[in-house]
Amino acid sequence: MPGFLKLKQIRGQHLAAVVLFLLGFLLMAVPALAQDVPVTDDDVNAVAKDLFCPVCESTPLDVCPTQACADWRELIRQQLSEGSTPEEVQAYFARQYGDGVLANPPKRGYTLILWALPVVAVVLGGVFFSRYMRNLRVSAADEVDEELEEGVMETAVPAAVKPIAQDDYKSKLEEELRNR
Amino acid sequence: MIPDLGYLALILALAAAVFAAGAAYYGRHTNQPRWIESARNATIATFPLITISCLLMIYSLVQGDFSVEYVWRVSSRDMPTYLKVTALWGGQAGSLLFWNFLLSIFTAAAMARNWRKQKELMPYAIMVASFTQIFFLGISIFVEHPFARLAAVPADGNGLNPLLRHPGMIIHPPMLYLGFVGFTIPYAFAMSALISGKLDDAWIKITRRWTLVAWLFLSLGLVLGGRWAYDVLGWGGYWAWDPVENASFMPWLAGTAFLHSVMIQEKRNMFKMWNIFLVLLTYCLVIYGTFIVRSGVISSVHSFAQSAIGPLFFAFIAIMFVFSAYWMLKRRVDLHSENRLNSLLSREAAFLYNNFLILAILLVVFLFTNYPIFSELITGEKGFVGPPVYEQALAPLFLLLLLLMGVAPLTMWYRSSAERIGMSLRWPALAALVFIGVLFAVGIRGWGALLGFWVVSFSLILTLLEFWKGTRARMKKGENVFVAYSNLMARNRRRYGGYWIHLGVIVMAFGIIGVEIFQEQTQIRLAVGETASLGRYEMVFLGATRYAGPDDLLITEATVDVYDNGRYVGQLHPRSELYTRTNQPMTIPNARSTITEDFYVLMVNWEPATADQATFRIYLNPLINWVWAGGLIFVIGTLVAAWPDPAVERSLSRRRHPVVTPTD
Repeated sequence: MPGFLKLKQIRGQHLAAVVLFLLGFLLMAVPALAQDVPVTDDDVNAVAKDLFCPVCESTPLDVCPTQACADWRELIRQQLSEGSTPEEVQAYFARQYGDGVLANPPKRGYTLILWALPVVAVVLGGVFFSRYMRNLRVSAADEVDEELEEGVMETAVPAAVKPIAQDDYKSKLEEELRNR
Repeated sequence: MIPDLGYLALILALAAAVFAAGAAYYGRHTNQPRWIESARNATIATFPLITISCLLMIYSLVQGDFSVEYVWRVSSRDMPTYLKVTALWGGQAGSLLFWNFLLSIFTAAAMARNWRKQKELMPYAIMVASFTQIFFLGISIFVEHPFARLAAVPADGNGLNPLLRHPGMIIHPPMLYLGFVGFTIPYAFAMSALISGKLDDAWIKITRRWTLVAWLFLSLGLVLGGRWAYDVLGWGGYWAWDPVENASFMPWLAGTAFLHSVMIQEKRNMFKMWNIFLVLLTYCLVIYGTFIVRSGVISSVHSFAQSAIGPLFFAFIAIMFVFSAYWMLKRRVDLHSENRLNSLLSREAAFLYNNFLILAILLVVFLFTNYPIFSELITGEKGFVGPPVYEQALAPLFLLLLLLMGVAPLTMWYRSSAERIGMSLRWPALAALVFIGVLFAVGIRGWGALLGFWVVSFSLILTLLEFWKGTRARMKKGENVFVAYSNLMARNRRRYGGYWIHLGVIVMAFGIIGVEIFQEQTQIRLAVGETASLGRYEMVFLGATRYAGPDDLLITEATVDVYDNGRYVGQLHPRSELYTRTNQPMTIPNARSTITEDFYVLMVNWEPATADQATFRIYLNPLINWVWAGGLIFVIGTLVAAWPDPAVERSLSRRRHPVVTPTD
């Protein structure tokens, strides 16, 4: 199946990305020896929380136990200690590995669809729903007849024959509970 | 020999299912009850046959017959017996066999329970259920063959995926599967009603009951899954909007919408088309969910279940969808509402608002879950939607739903007066305002959290008031408060069981707001004797030891002393486990649980070389136990509402045939 082949290719790409990154990491390790800004694990996790693990795809980076993720977190630490802001680090990852690594994809380009679709769907649904509701509503004149009909249909609950126009919640509840 | 018998039993079950579908069709069209009865017997026969197949698979697993590929794949000699049994659903082929088994239980039970009263609906119900069974049996027999043999018999097997070795895994998958499979029965009856054109009350009653059963199991599966994630996966949370979690959440949502809107049909004979649609939607989402879980089309942490059965599932969903849509359109005239909506402020309208919100949530979850597929189609690159996005998009919808949950029970059928509802809401709204005022005074900030807590406490008060009003109404008969309450529950189980479910959701919502907004965490490297602190808690690292566990397990266990406000409250033992055969690590948390919060400790790193140092990740999860408590209340409420009650069934059938005198 082509779809599944594609999936495998993507896995391959991810693997390649990890390998490339490891090479890059080795190169970067040299200047990093001169770091001075202390970076805590919490700082690293704060950035990693909004990134995805490169191998396990839908697992957030800060909690993933795999080695690849540990290496990525190390890279984050590196960049933070060199003075990058959390946003810059995330932007770096997005540049290197695509927007796919961002747990909170930026609202630009085609990802706008992601945001627009639910909003459009909910609004359209709301419009449809309210029009439907309006169509369903009947004029006040019809109502009385209908209620009487309804009442007759429900003879098992005798008081329902009475017009229900006055809204007496308590007595209605009592009546509903009475025969049980 | 044994595996061949298991295979044979499956083939016989397939033959029985094919015969059942054919005989039901033939019997119905030639009007020969004998054939329909024969179809019923064949349907019931699939149950013992698939049971035999499952038992033989379990036998092979327990015996360690590694000539069977599946046994080799998911078990090993040193696994304890209970894990060998549960390995039945520890892999693809076994899960599908188990799916088949559960489906045969449900169909046999439906035959036994509904045969006498629902003769007219039976032929098509048998056909639809059998068709589903045929599809899954076909997959088991022709694609994911559980009894396939290996040419050379290996000395030992691979062992079960470590994630699945937790005791929670014994019960979580079967519950989810029961929930999934269970929705086949309501679907079968709904389709049967559509095809036969018998669209009176009968099908809705059966469908509601079976939906409630399936929904109960699915709810249990979801809650247990959350608990399992919290106890085993080691990331401090219980729900990650993982595709597989969403796959089981979506049919749950559709089922929830149906269980509400079905009441409009029962009471007012309205929205028949809509109810049919919801049943069909639920079923399609179940199959789609199985497809997501089983095909690995959207990668997830559950990807141990991947294989290439995707296209078959896709075809099956398409067929069922077209089939359902065809019959729904064909019968659209018969499904026309006999009544109309009188007011936008009525019980029936409230149910519609509920449906609108639930379907909006469903739609958002569906779009986000499938985003990787859209994204890959458009850009060729897989993107994922992370939990923050879900939370932003869904929080307002969930809050509205919670608000509606509190207010809706105040509405009445036909119409309600805005004035009365306003009066009833005034004091609870004010009380909830006082409550968040108190929260603000004790230092809780953030408008999101305060708004959330206001909505939830408002709904809580309104729900409790419903119980009080009902109890009061009965106390007028001279019963004391306890008798009145228990009679209220016993005699109106569906209504007040439903309110218990609401109560469970509200308690869970408190917990979810607490964890989502106020979770604190820190990660720190400690040497022996050093202290970490988070919130009121302090933790002293006392050291770690490494020892061999059962199977191929290597366990590293840390010991920490925990102090709450400086007072010693006990020791915790977070562990890291390594399955040496597969080199798969697991981080098992240990938590100190109280009603207000969990102090949850993970040991994320420990180097044997520097044995006196370890890295810990510590979470403070406020109100997390409310999530579990709410889940428990929820399940109890569902049991109350769903338990068969002969008296109520009699009174319901009496109401449908109103031959009673007005003085009754």
